[in-house]
Amino acid sequence: MARLLVRRLGLMLLIMLVVGFILFIVNEGDPRKVARGVLGPYAQEQQLDIWIQENGYDRPIPVRFLDWVGGVATGDLGESVQYKRPVNEFFWERLGNTGILAGLTFLIMVPLALLLGVLAGMKEGSLQDRTISVASIITTSIPEFASAVILTTVFVIQLKWLPGTSSMAAGWDWMQMILPVTVLVLYGFGYIARMTRASMAEVMTTHYIRTAVLKGLPYKRVILKHALRNALIAPFTVIMLQLNWLLSGVVVTEYAFAYKGFGTLLLEAALRRDIFVIEACGLAAVFVAVLSQTLGDIGYTFLNPRIRFS
Amino acid sequence: MSQANATDGTVSASDRPKGLFERTIGSIVLLKESPVGLVGAVLVTIFFIVAIFAPLLAPHHYETFIMPMAAPLSTGPNGEFLLLGADLRGRDIFSRLIYGTQRVVFYASLATFCAYIVGILMGLAAGYFRGWVDEVLSFLANVILSFPVMVLFVLIITSIGASGATIVFAVVFASAPGIMRIVRGLTLDIATRDYIAAAQTRGESPWYIMLVELLPNARGPLIVDACLRMGYTTITIGALGFLGLGLPPPFPDWGGMINETRTLAMGGFWWMPFFPALAVSLLVLGFNLLADGLREVSLRD
Amino acid sequence: MSDTLQQAEPVKSPPKGEPVLAIDNLSISYFIRAGEVPAVKDFTLTLYPGEAVGIVGESGCGKSTVAMAIMQYMGGNGGIVGGSIKFMGRDMSKMSQEELRQLRGSDIAMIYQEPMSALNPSMLIGRQLLEVPLFHEPGISEDDAWTRAEEMLAKVKLPDPARVMNAYPHQISGGQQQRVVIAMALLSNPTLLLLDEPTTALDVTVEAGIVKLIKEISAEFGTSMIYISHNMGLILETCDRVCVMYSGVAVETGTVKEVFDMMRHPYTRGLFGSIPLPTADKNANPLVPIRGQLPLPYNRPDGCYFGPRCDFFEEGRCDDPKGVPWLTVDEASGHAVRCLRWTEIDWDNYTPDMEQHPPNEPGEEVLHVENMRKYFEVRDTSLKALFTGKASRWVKANESISFSARKRETVAIVGESGCGKSTFAKVLMGLETSTDGQIVYNGEEISQLPVTRRTPRQIGSLQMVFQNPNETLNPSHTVGGQIIRVIKKFGVAKSEEDVHKRVDELLDLVKLPRAFKYRKPRQLSGGQKQRIGIARAFAGYPPMVIADEPVSALDVSVQAAVTGLLMDIQRQYDTTLLFISHDLSVVRYLSDRVVVMYLGMIMEQGDVEEVYAPPYHPYTEALLSAVPIADTSIEKREIVLEGNLPSVLNPPKGCPFSTRCPRKIGAICDEERPPFRDAGNGHVITCHIELEELSKVEPVIVTKSPGGGAGEKAPEPAE
Repeated sequence: MARLLVRRLGLMLLIMLVVGFILFIVNEGDPRKVARGVLGPYAQEQQLDIWIQENGYDRPIPVRFLDWVGGVATGDLGESVQYKRPVNEFFWERLGNTGILAGLTFLIMVPLALLLGVLAGMKEGSLQDRTISVASIITTSIPEFASAVILTTVFVIQLKWLPGTSSMAAGWDWMQMILPVTVLVLYGFGYIARMTRASMAEVMTTHYIRTAVLKGLPYKRVILKHALRNALIAPFTVIMLQLNWLLSGVVVTEYAFAYKGFGTLLLEAALRRDIFVIEACGLAAVFVAVLSQTLGDIGYTFLNPRIRFS
Repeated sequence: MSQANATDGTVSASDRPKGLFERTIGSIVLLKESPVGLVGAVLVTIFFIVAIFAPLLAPHHYETFIMPMAAPLSTGPNGEFLLLGADLRGRDIFSRLIYGTQRVVFYASLATFCAYIVGILMGLAAGYFRGWVDEVLSFLANVILSFPVMVLFVLIITSIGASGATIVFAVVFASAPGIMRIVRGLTLDIATRDYIAAAQTRGESPWYIMLVELLPNARGPLIVDACLRMGYTTITIGALGFLGLGLPPPFPDWGGMINETRTLAMGGFWWMPFFPALAVSLLVLGFNLLADGLREVSLRD
Repeated sequence: MSDTLQQAEPVKSPPKGEPVLAIDNLSISYFIRAGEVPAVKDFTLTLYPGEAVGIVGESGCGKSTVAMAIMQYMGGNGGIVGGSIKFMGRDMSKMSQEELRQLRGSDIAMIYQEPMSALNPSMLIGRQLLEVPLFHEPGISEDDAWTRAEEMLAKVKLPDPARVMNAYPHQISGGQQQRVVIAMALLSNPTLLLLDEPTTALDVTVEAGIVKLIKEISAEFGTSMIYISHNMGLILETCDRVCVMYSGVAVETGTVKEVFDMMRHPYTRGLFGSIPLPTADKNANPLVPIRGQLPLPYNRPDGCYFGPRCDFFEEGRCDDPKGVPWLTVDEASGHAVRCLRWTEIDWDNYTPDMEQHPPNEPGEEVLHVENMRKYFEVRDTSLKALFTGKASRWVKANESISFSARKRETVAIVGESGCGKSTFAKVLMGLETSTDGQIVYNGEEISQLPVTRRTPRQIGSLQMVFQNPNETLNPSHTVGGQIIRVIKKFGVAKSEEDVHKRVDELLDLVKLPRAFKYRKPRQLSGGQKQRIGIARAFAGYPPMVIADEPVSALDVSVQAAVTGLLMDIQRQYDTTLLFISHDLSVVRYLSDRVVVMYLGMIMEQGDVEEVYAPPYHPYTEALLSAVPIADTSIEKREIVLEGNLPSVLNPPKGCPFSTRCPRKIGAICDEERPPFRDAGNGHVITCHIELEELSKVEPVIVTKSPGGGAGEKAPEPAE
């Protein structure tokens, strides 16, 4: 177990380093481009040269990269070109906002998906199964940007029940969270539900479930003690990967509702070539993704004794 | 092969090799068993027909000015019927949707196809050779898969600029590792079969074994996955358009149509972004239902 | 034990008391989209207390369906369409779900074919066991249930029950898993025990232990048993009565003794004719396969389902759509048969039309293996291994393999799973190269020659028949296409015309219609696929063919046909056959020389008569004792091996068999590699025990003389 932990953490660190290097090369590989980005389009060639020298961009790439890694490791994320202040000052608040959005989504989506998936997979081919399956296919087919438009048309424009943007301009407002969370849950839950259903349906046809039934156990116990744990092993990894997908959805959803989170920050930065913000956003996204993968692997091992004890 | 041995007199109908046409008919007949899959097949077929015959089916050119902000079912100054209304610049939304179909179907197919070629080759190599080939390819796949897809797209497209080629490249880059993982898993499984050992013991080359002996037997799950992936790619292309990172105008793009008009929607012009959103959802639904139906049918055999 | 019960009860007719189970005219169907598929028709069986009844038949005969029907567990699409099942006088189809639940696992328990998949992989064995008392004995505490479960594990002779209780299923061996399943079934002291092929997935020496346990259970608990198996020998060892099924119908029933000695149904007869009993001989007394194929469930003929395959079929009688009623053969013993013509068939003067052959004269040496070793490196990637520097360990898959094979000869390599026989085949085929030693084939040294560096002629001259009929052919390509590829690859024929001629030749050779070349593998039966596999192996006129368990996945009647075919082709082509198998009966039947392997080493080798008679290697002796033989006139000495097969990663230092050997003589067995002891005529035994001592051992298998007394030796006397 400890061995696996060390290996996974090592791999995680390695991936972060590789990703960091790619981000670094793409954004800061060419010192001239960096200087141009910071000083703006009207700066002159000499000014660029001076800036490059002053900021140490004339050093070879490996040295600069090590320096950069050191900076990131000690929490120095550089200064935003666009806002003219350290990235640290506003980055964490944006990330926190996204955390709230993603957390709320997860909290609603996962239990809902697991419950529906188990209910559908318990009796494969039944009406209950077909209804849940078709419903989840339909909701996963509506991308976030489409459901944002459709829900806005219905609940904001026609019914006028909900606010159409979530910029929180006048302070925190829970009403403004309803639409973004709904959009993310609608798109995301179907996939987990369908994986859970498939896994549950497969488990229900296994011989050990037959053994449990023919042992004379009540149906409820067969489901709860024998089927559920085995059926949840596969969806568990999916849920962890879903975190990665959720981050993609978050970018679109935040943009759709003008929510001040990490996604909108990344988009603005990307459009304005605000390299240090881009790097910070990229690293944060990859960190979350890799962390969730690692947790998924460890959890999988924990749930599955066949791997745990080999 | 096809020269049936007449002297035997024992060639029954089931003995003759089946042509591509017969097999296609066969799969459609099979799909009849799954009503859900059939609905999906019909939806996808409609969209593909629309894409191919877009110029014939669209009542107007996508840039023709007719009547700004016309509501659905209204009539233009010269008697033009505007089924789904018109946008801010007076263009027929229905016609723009039809041309948009062409664009999204073309790029989604092309990008998925390219991603599959890359993913299949990588997956076959990783699963068949194993060892260091597998370790290197799997690590690469892990690195790419650890980027959230949309973040990856934003980074790629903002650093090399938006164009059709960029979108295809970005989709290949982001999807190939996932396809590779599936192919690798199937390869690891199929490689243990005796017929692979039989091919090895008669001295076939590794790539012959992978492409001729192995790949055809992995086609079932791959076709299902390809359908799903067409759906994802459609969503991706739409989302990029929505974020303003899609294909440059004036050629209509569903995501772009939504993005351009969604602020207007707040003012009551709801139909402008609504119909493109509906179109995207229907196309993706078609792919997903088709995939589900195909999976169901293949499991029954 | 039925005798003791009989005395306890007042004498009645039938004299054994109330039946435990009475199945009356039971019909079961599966309902699929295409319609109703009858699985079992008109099945009748009565089981009295303490009795063991065997249900025997080939795959698809409906025997397992009967077991599931008794459990009232047939999935969503199966159903009883006629007849009744009464358990202790109560009609099971009228029971509520709750009544059934109380019955299952307490009064009726079941033991399954694959113990690994029958146990929940993510639940401790102890927790799975204690559920039985917990849900069938009101008021029992979890602690008491746990103790009871642990006691039961000791009763099924599992070493260290406390450890097993706290283990997950994958942490114990297959034989131990099956003991756990048996313990689970016995925990509630059931009235009726259903055993569905309980040893099919196990190695033969492990099987012997399980069979012994089952026999002890029935003696100790007096449980009534229904034993389902395809193996007649196992039925003989475990049951009092037997019921033979064919295509969903019971065709013959009676006491084991009557049915095995005086079988009346042509199908039963055919089944016994295709089993390689010790009396069968490939040249003088060859096996008789049953011709034709099992009818598909929705395509059965009118009247007797066996009609189209029966030599005694009579038009107008045997195909009467009314079907065949049960006819009594012997009232007293309950022997009955479903054959209208059973009184008319004169079995004593019936000799099936089988060609006899003179024995093969072996020619020059074709294969010579000298001291071959194959080690695999297993890398340990743990941190501990990294620090201690022991990053890799060696698996000795083959150790000091030496033997030779001559032209026209059949050499069998026999051993249980993990003995290294498949690794040896891989080295021969060039999929692996040997670590050390020589392999001279056809005059060329090939031990270091991977298949990629062999010439087409070399490749074509050494081909293989594979084990699994469903995997041997590529499902995506036509049969003809696959044979054509082989012919072209070996350079046997060049022009299109010659290639196609060769394909037809090969199909003729394996006795399949030429039109089969247009078929896809899924349109073929298992036996037919195996024939195509044989045709493919012989495409390049090889001097030697390796057959890796070519018939072990087939039903007995098909087995006989495929082995017969293989030997016909061998005679025709003068081929040397290297036959790899775990089945000692088949090996005895068709091989000339035998090589017995255990954990990568050759334990014994020699001519077949010599290996199957004393002096034996103690492992050969145990193997022979473990094989069930379907012949009532044969008596076996019982040798049951203790312990598990050691791991190949950590084999014993001395003799590989020392950890389980019943004849172990002392520390020398654990410490030193045993010497090769030459008993003459190429008969070599690798053992520390002196040949003289080994020669004193009584034969394991003896044939009882017709009077009933034992004494006469098995039909193959030692020289």
